[in-house]
Amino acid sequence: MEAGSTAVKPVGDTGASVSPTGDRPRQPRRDVVRRPAWRQRLSMLDAKVSPYVFVSPFFVLFLVVGMFPLGYTAWVSVHQWGLLSGQGDFTGLENYRRVLEDRYFWNALRNTISIFLLSSIPQVVIALVLAGLLDTQLRARTLWRMSVLLPFVVAPAAVALIFGNVFGDRYGLANEVITWIGLEPIRWHVDTLASHLAIASMVNWRWTGYNALILLAAMQAIPRDVYESAALDGAGRVRQFTSITVPMIRPTVIFVVITSTIGGLQIFAEPRLFDTQGLGGSDRQYQTLTMYLWELGWRVRDLGMASAVAWLLFLIIIVFALVNLLVSRRAGSLKGVHRRPGSPKGARR
Amino acid sequence: MALTLATTAAACGGGDDGGTTADGKTKLTVATFNEFGYEELIEEYNAMQDDVVVEQKKAGTANEHQDNLYTKLAAGSGLSDIEAIEVDWWAALMEQSDAFTDLSDPEVEGRWLDWKTEAATTPDGALIGYGTDIGPEGICYRADLFEKAGMPTDREKVAEMFGTWDEYFEAGRQFVKKVPDVAWYDSSGATAQAMINQVEYSFEDEDNTVIAADNPEVKEVFDTVTSLSEEGLSTNLVQWSEDWTASFQDDGFATMACPGWMLGVIEGNADGVEGWDIANVFPGGGGNWGGSYLTVPAQGDNVEEAKELAKWLTAPEQQIKAFEAKGTFPSQVDALEDPALTESTNEFFNGAPTGQILADRAEAVPFIAHKGPKFADINTAFQQAIQRVDEGKESADEAWDSFLADVERLG
Repeated sequence: MEAGSTAVKPVGDTGASVSPTGDRPRQPRRDVVRRPAWRQRLSMLDAKVSPYVFVSPFFVLFLVVGMFPLGYTAWVSVHQWGLLSGQGDFTGLENYRRVLEDRYFWNALRNTISIFLLSSIPQVVIALVLAGLLDTQLRARTLWRMSVLLPFVVAPAAVALIFGNVFGDRYGLANEVITWIGLEPIRWHVDTLASHLAIASMVNWRWTGYNALILLAAMQAIPRDVYESAALDGAGRVRQFTSITVPMIRPTVIFVVITSTIGGLQIFAEPRLFDTQGLGGSDRQYQTLTMYLWELGWRVRDLGMASAVAWLLFLIIIVFALVNLLVSRRAGSLKGVHRRPGSPKGARR
Repeated sequence: MALTLATTAAACGGGDDGGTTADGKTKLTVATFNEFGYEELIEEYNAMQDDVVVEQKKAGTANEHQDNLYTKLAAGSGLSDIEAIEVDWWAALMEQSDAFTDLSDPEVEGRWLDWKTEAATTPDGALIGYGTDIGPEGICYRADLFEKAGMPTDREKVAEMFGTWDEYFEAGRQFVKKVPDVAWYDSSGATAQAMINQVEYSFEDEDNTVIAADNPEVKEVFDTVTSLSEEGLSTNLVQWSEDWTASFQDDGFATMACPGWMLGVIEGNADGVEGWDIANVFPGGGGNWGGSYLTVPAQGDNVEEAKELAKWLTAPEQQIKAFEAKGTFPSQVDALEDPALTESTNEFFNGAPTGQILADRAEAVPFIAHKGPKFADINTAFQQAIQRVDEGKESADEAWDSFLADVERLG
C-alpha cells in the first residue's frame, strides 16, 4: 500500500487541471496539456483502481462461495424446506421459533460451549508454553518445530478412528491403563463430562501444534535486545515470558484465540465419529450444534430448520468472537505494554 | 480451523468423473454398504464386458451409506450409477420415486418373491428397485461357550431350545448363571430390533399414521429388553460400535439374532475365533431383518448400462454366488430352489448347511413388517431409549417417557 500511495501523489499534483490559486489555465497551453492530461488521468485511474482489481478475485470468490451460501441459507431458513422434497411455503420466522423451543437445541448449545471451553482454553495455553519452549536454543530445532505440526497433517476422520479405539468404554486403551493403575474404568461414551474430555482431547491433539507454530512465528519477531535488558535487570526466564513475550505477541494471541473459538464452536467431525448412531450418544450428551444441524437436515430431513440453526450458530459465533476480542484486548493492556514489536532488526533467527 | 461441515466429506466418495475412464470405456459405480458379496461378481462382469468398467464403493455401515445417499439425492448429483437401498428407509425414498429410474422389464417379471417386488412398485406401477437379498433370521451361537455352560452344542438340539422368546431368554438366564463373565446376546438394541421386525404394524399403521406411542406391542418389546439387561443377559453395547466389534474377539456374548447378511459380518469381526454355529430356529416363529434393493438414480449419466448391470447382479445365479461369499440370502424365487443354494455349507459356522437353514427360516417368515416413511427415525429414537437404560443414564420408565417425547418431536 505504501508504495502505491507514494506513486500516486506526484501524478495527482501535476495532473490537477485547476491551479491551486484557482486561476483557469491559459488558453494557448490547453492543446499542449490535453494529451498528457488524458494519459495522466488514465494512469491516475490505473493507480487508484488497479489495487482493487488485483484484490478483487478474492472478494468475487468470497461473494460466490461465502456470501451466496450465507444469503441462500437465510432464504431457506424462512421457508418450509424438505431435504428431498425441496422448497415449500414461506413461513417467516417459524423455523427459528421451532428451533428455539426444541430442548435438543439448548442441549446442543450447552455441549458445544462445554467442549469449546475444554478444548480452546487448554489449547491456547499449551500452545503458548510450547511455543515459548521452542523459541529457546534447542538442539535439532527444526525437527522439534516440525514434529509439533505432525498431528495436524492427519485427517480428522483418522484421528477419530484412532481415538475411538483409545476411548473405548470396555476395550479401549485408555481404560486398560486406568484399570491397570487400579482405578475404576471411565465410561467415555456414556458420562457427559468424560465424553466431552475425550472429544476435546482429539481436538487439542490436532490443533495445539498448529497454534504453537503461529505463536512461535510471532515470538521470533520480538527484538532480542528487549530480553537482554530484561535479563540485565534481573528478570528470570519465567518473568521474561510473562512480562515480555506474551504481551508483545498479543495481536497474534488474539488471532489464535478467535480462530480457535470459531473452530471450537463449529466442531463436528470428532463428536460425529465418536458415535455410531451419529446423534452424540444415547442421551445426546455430546451432540454439538453442528451435529444438531446435521440431524435436522439429514435425519429429520428438514432443511428449513437446519438453516435456522446455521444462522443462529453464525450469530453465536459473532458474539463469542466479539467477547473474546474485548477480553483479550483488556488482558493485554493490563500488562501495561502498548508497544508493538519494533523493527525486525533485533530478530536474529 | 476448517472444522466445518465440509468434513462430512469423510462419508462421501470421489467426485463425478463424467462416467468414462481414460481409455474411453463407460465407467459404472455401484454403491453398497456392509457386505453385499459383490467383489468377485464385479470382476466377472468386467471380464465379460469390453466397453464397461464397474467399480464398487463400499460404506462401512448402512447409516453412513444413507447419509451419503440423502445428501447427493438432495444435491441432484454425485450419486453412483447404482445405489443399494436398505428396506428400513425404503419407504422414505419411495416418496421421492421420481429420482429413480423405472426398472420394469418383462425379463425380470416373477424373478422375486411377490412381497419383495410389491414393496418396490410405486402406485403408478413403476418398479424402482431390483431386490437383492432378504434377511431371514436364525440364531447364531458359540458352541464352545455353550459347552462351558453345560448346554447342548449340537445345532439340532439347540434349535429345540429356542422355540419362543421366553424359552430363549430363560436359556439365557441359565447361561449367565453358569458363565457370569459372558452375556447371552450381543446387544439389547439388536434383540429389540429382531422383535420389532416380528410386529406387523409397529411404529406406523397401514396409513402410515404414527402409532408407536400407544402400541402395546412396542411397549412390551421395550419392557422385555430393558428388564433383561438388568438380569445381565445383554452386553449393554451398541450394535456397530467399536466395543461391539471388539466383543466378538473377547468372548463378549454367546448368541445373536442372525439374518443371512450377518454371517459375513460375524465372520469378519470374529476372525480367528472358533466355535460359531447357526441353529435352524428363530424365537417366535420366523423373522425378516433387512434386505436390500439396487436402484438406478435418474441423475446418472449411464442409466441404460446401469440397468443392465443391476439386472445381471440381481439375477438368481449371481445372487447365489453373493450368498456363498457373504451370506446375503436371495430374494429371487429360482434361487431358493437351486441346489447350489440349498446344498451350500459354511466352513466358518462349523460346516453348517447355511443354505438350507436360511431357506427354512425364510419359509417360516409369516409376514413382512410394515415400515413407513418415519420407521427409521422412530427406530433410532427407540434404540437410543433402550441404550439409555443399558448405560444406566435413565430408568426404564424415564427412558420410555423420553422416547414418547422424541416420537412427538418427529411428528
